[in-house]
Amino acid sequence: MRVHLKIWRQKDAGTAGKLMDYELDNVDNHMSFLEMMDTLNEQLILKGEMPVEFDHDCREGICGTCGMMINGQAHGPVPGLTACQLHMREFEDGATIYVEPFRAAAFPVKRDLKVDRSAFDRIIQAGGFITASTGQPAEANTILITHETAESAFDSAACIGCGACVATCKNSSAALFTSAKIAHLAKIPQGEKEAAKRVLKMVSRMDEEGFGHCSNTEACEVECPQGISVLNIARMNWEYTKANLLKD
Amino acid sequence: MELDAKIPEGPLEKKWSNYKAQAKLVNPANRKKLPVIVVGTGLAGSSAAASLAEQGYPVYSFCFQDSARRAHSVAAQGGVNAAKNYQNDGDSVYRMFYDTLKGGDFRAREANVYRLAECSLNLIDQAVAQGVPFAREYGGYLSNRSFGGVQVSRTFYARGQTGQQLLLGAYQALMRQVAAGKVDLYSRHEMLDLVVIDGKAKGIIARNLDTGAIERFAAEAVVIATGGFGKIYYLSTLAMGCNGSAIWRAHKRGALMACPSWTQIHPTCLPQAGDYQSKLTLMSESLRNDGRIWVPKLANEERQANDIPEEERDYYLERRYPSFGNLAPRDISSRAAKERIDAGFGVGAQRNAVYLDFSKAIQEQGKDKVKEKYGNLFSMYKKITADDAYTAPMKISPAAHFSMGGLWVDYELMTTIPGLFAIGEANFGDHGANRLGANSLLQACVDGYFILPYTLANYLSGELKKERLTIHHPQFELVEKEVTGQLERLCQINGTKTTDYFHKQLGKLLYDQCGLSRSEAGLKAAIKGIQVLREEFYKDLIVPGTQGEINAELEKAGRVADYLEIAELMCNDALSRKESCGAHFREEYQTAEGEALRDDENYCYVSAWEWKGENTAPVLHPEPLVFEFIKLSVRSYS
Amino acid sequence: MNFLKSTLSRKNLMALTGLFLCFFLVIHLLGNLQLLLPADRAAESFNYYSNLLSGNIFIKIISYVLYFSLIAHAADALYITLRNKRTTVKYAYDNRKQASKWYSRNMGILGTILLIFLVIHFKDFWYVYKFGVIPYDKNGNKDLYVIVVHAFKSWWYVLIYILSMFALGFHLLHGFKSAVRTLGLYHPGYAAFVQKFGMIYSYVITIGFAVIPVYVHLTQFGLWN
Repeated sequence: MRVHLKIWRQKDAGTAGKLMDYELDNVDNHMSFLEMMDTLNEQLILKGEMPVEFDHDCREGICGTCGMMINGQAHGPVPGLTACQLHMREFEDGATIYVEPFRAAAFPVKRDLKVDRSAFDRIIQAGGFITASTGQPAEANTILITHETAESAFDSAACIGCGACVATCKNSSAALFTSAKIAHLAKIPQGEKEAAKRVLKMVSRMDEEGFGHCSNTEACEVECPQGISVLNIARMNWEYTKANLLKD
Repeated sequence: MELDAKIPEGPLEKKWSNYKAQAKLVNPANRKKLPVIVVGTGLAGSSAAASLAEQGYPVYSFCFQDSARRAHSVAAQGGVNAAKNYQNDGDSVYRMFYDTLKGGDFRAREANVYRLAECSLNLIDQAVAQGVPFAREYGGYLSNRSFGGVQVSRTFYARGQTGQQLLLGAYQALMRQVAAGKVDLYSRHEMLDLVVIDGKAKGIIARNLDTGAIERFAAEAVVIATGGFGKIYYLSTLAMGCNGSAIWRAHKRGALMACPSWTQIHPTCLPQAGDYQSKLTLMSESLRNDGRIWVPKLANEERQANDIPEEERDYYLERRYPSFGNLAPRDISSRAAKERIDAGFGVGAQRNAVYLDFSKAIQEQGKDKVKEKYGNLFSMYKKITADDAYTAPMKISPAAHFSMGGLWVDYELMTTIPGLFAIGEANFGDHGANRLGANSLLQACVDGYFILPYTLANYLSGELKKERLTIHHPQFELVEKEVTGQLERLCQINGTKTTDYFHKQLGKLLYDQCGLSRSEAGLKAAIKGIQVLREEFYKDLIVPGTQGEINAELEKAGRVADYLEIAELMCNDALSRKESCGAHFREEYQTAEGEALRDDENYCYVSAWEWKGENTAPVLHPEPLVFEFIKLSVRSYS
Repeated sequence: MNFLKSTLSRKNLMALTGLFLCFFLVIHLLGNLQLLLPADRAAESFNYYSNLLSGNIFIKIISYVLYFSLIAHAADALYITLRNKRTTVKYAYDNRKQASKWYSRNMGILGTILLIFLVIHFKDFWYVYKFGVIPYDKNGNKDLYVIVVHAFKSWWYVLIYILSMFALGFHLLHGFKSAVRTLGLYHPGYAAFVQKFGMIYSYVITIGFAVIPVYVHLTQFGLWN
């Protein structure tokens, strides 16, 4: 099949970018979207042009590295997928495809489709962990966790940190990302102990990083490749209020 | 060179505690004077960096990814083994030790493997405390499942994302130390060389991948935790960025490489669909618990899977290995699949796959139960292939997966360069010639959390009184020049073929001649082919852009340049081992039934290779494997 | 006071004031439903009710909370919107609307329509009742009923009301659920219940308020007269 690509090219954070047009006509419909991008880059290199820089690594939807707006949607038109899992069979022959980086003030563009998502790491650094140094823990079966609790904690913990939630949010809010970690750790007895401290620090860091307010439009849940529920956000809100009210 | 594995004295079950009791320590006040570099932030790297920082060592941590959380440990699906014996089914540390050793075809050290099994107990405790949401029974106790190559249920799992959850636990521990100011984390930094001063590892040269700047880092010890190099086959289950560069550069600085040709080809991956393919996705081996593997009895079968009646299906694993059946170890399953595919019984458009069928499990347990166990794997399968595995069998095929080989290390996980340690998949480890499922997460974690923190202290205690070297030492200057020289060279070839072209050529060559089965003629031809390809690479490569900017193509080119050298060593390694063991299957050495024929008399050793310079043959230093406690047996799963 | 500056606290303020306004709408609607009674009974009852509200100290307190809620809700919305302008970057090609409901993304616009409506509404009834010259009915209560009926004489005024009530409906459809989430109701079962409840609530309020001007117009001045 043949596709007409309009890809965002930008040298660095300080330079203005723009959409550039590319034609690609040897596209196989079993190709993944990123393999299509590989094919394009191969052609660009051989023509002596600079290839399109884009983030990618595991190509099986779990590392959270790849992320781009494809036809104006985070990770493309199919919900629940990362860009690397999107296949060209989802597009029609001759289609025009727009490709842009994830955008948010807190995600500056590094080059082309590559963005800086280190703000996510800093949110985790603020408190997204359980204070348990190596060697301290007791026997694993000492504290029981019901099947349901473990599964629910897993649902929250499954976040891959790709940033699609921020990219698709009209306010560039990081509420889904932040809340998933807060909820994961608040749900289990091991993490409950420092839940109050954690939520206060993580929320305050989220704000400092320049993410927007959550308006509960729920677009994040729709675009999340792991289907992280927006109820995590409600959980964060609850934990936050509780922590503030019960603060010494 | 005489290799000393430094195995502690005493009975098997006392060796590790004896070591710990006698290892030298560093006073807490002195630890902050001894910075440590940890390269890689996967399970081994993150857990080591966090644990060392908790003890008080200043740690510099590096990863090429944009976040430590993205290291490829994240993609491990099935689970992590531990000899907790929660299922009361006869498991024990000794049983796990024996299973692992046997699974590796008796090509690993007894003491190392025993320690691995011993420390597995603590790992589960540690992970649970970090908040890893392992599967639980309704009453709240931890749940287990069984995995290939064993007859007990000792695998702990978090749905099909165990690696992700364990990694996030380690990553969060690391982030805690970063926040505490004890770890300086350098993401988007790739180690490009090791700095050895007076015979000891004292630092690294790294490239900032976001700016292209070459940076120097000095420390009292360097820990390499950069994972495996299975991506050398181009098509593999590994991430695009996985590479062998850190270990290879260390090798060229004097660290020996052990058994580099031992690569695990994983039996349950998605088959290749076309030339453009960049990656073969792994489907967790846990699927083999309930899935049955078969091919049609008729060669070149045209019918759809569901149209083939039961009696015309060949459940070849159940047929050949009745006691282990579909849970036969990976090397055996992969080879059996290849045997059927090569014989013309392969299925799918390219006839390069076998069926993995869940119809019996769905019939017996119900779709809901199967969905609960494997739901995310089934949906992943559908995402990639657009096929529904609930209604028709999956099509799977073997793909390069895990490097059992790596930097040679002694019992302390130290390489032949003092002060240079290798942990996790980067070292030649505890898996021998074949790794059992759910043992890689274990080894990475155990190395990082529980072993390195002891053995590193034992080394560092000796460095305390020595003079601190800085990045202004002339050796740093020299190595940096070599690094920039190599990058410059790659940028200036200005040929007509891209890095991917060379990588694909190399991958195919290697998969055909140094993959599932190897032969003397094939390996010799491969070595020639690699040399020709390497020459062509340096003549006809094209790398756009410069080294002083973001340049993914240059990153790739550097890695492939190293692969072109590693590949040759792999072939030499495979050529020199005139036996079949584990993943290493030499066509000349097999039984009448086509099973691997081991030669314990002549090849019961670890092949450690020394770099002698470009275009010079590497030198083999065998480290004999001494079995004091168990008797070698023929590894039979039938 | 870091706590008050945080994005979550600002949303809590939105939620609390919003939910109070939701509660007030119920009382308001219950009062207004009296307008659907036969004309003479409606006048008596409605005027009595209006008088009752204006005299009661409890209601007075509520009304101050109401004024505060309205102003705080609007001011906070403005603050949040302005901050979000700084956190976002525009896409060259944007198709994100696929992932959410239009009204959830346009609460600001719906809210602005409501604010304009409120200005008209306050000017025509609240201001007139409080500060204007107004006749008394036979029971000695201010005859607000006459004013109301008179207002709905013109069809375009009725139309403004209906359109505003639809804006209100969509605002509530998202707002009610969103407020409860913001306050932290995370239990999946209850959250689903609240979502349904919010939907029914929004329909009832919208239809309830929208029907009254139409009914009054038609019965007093239109076809049914």
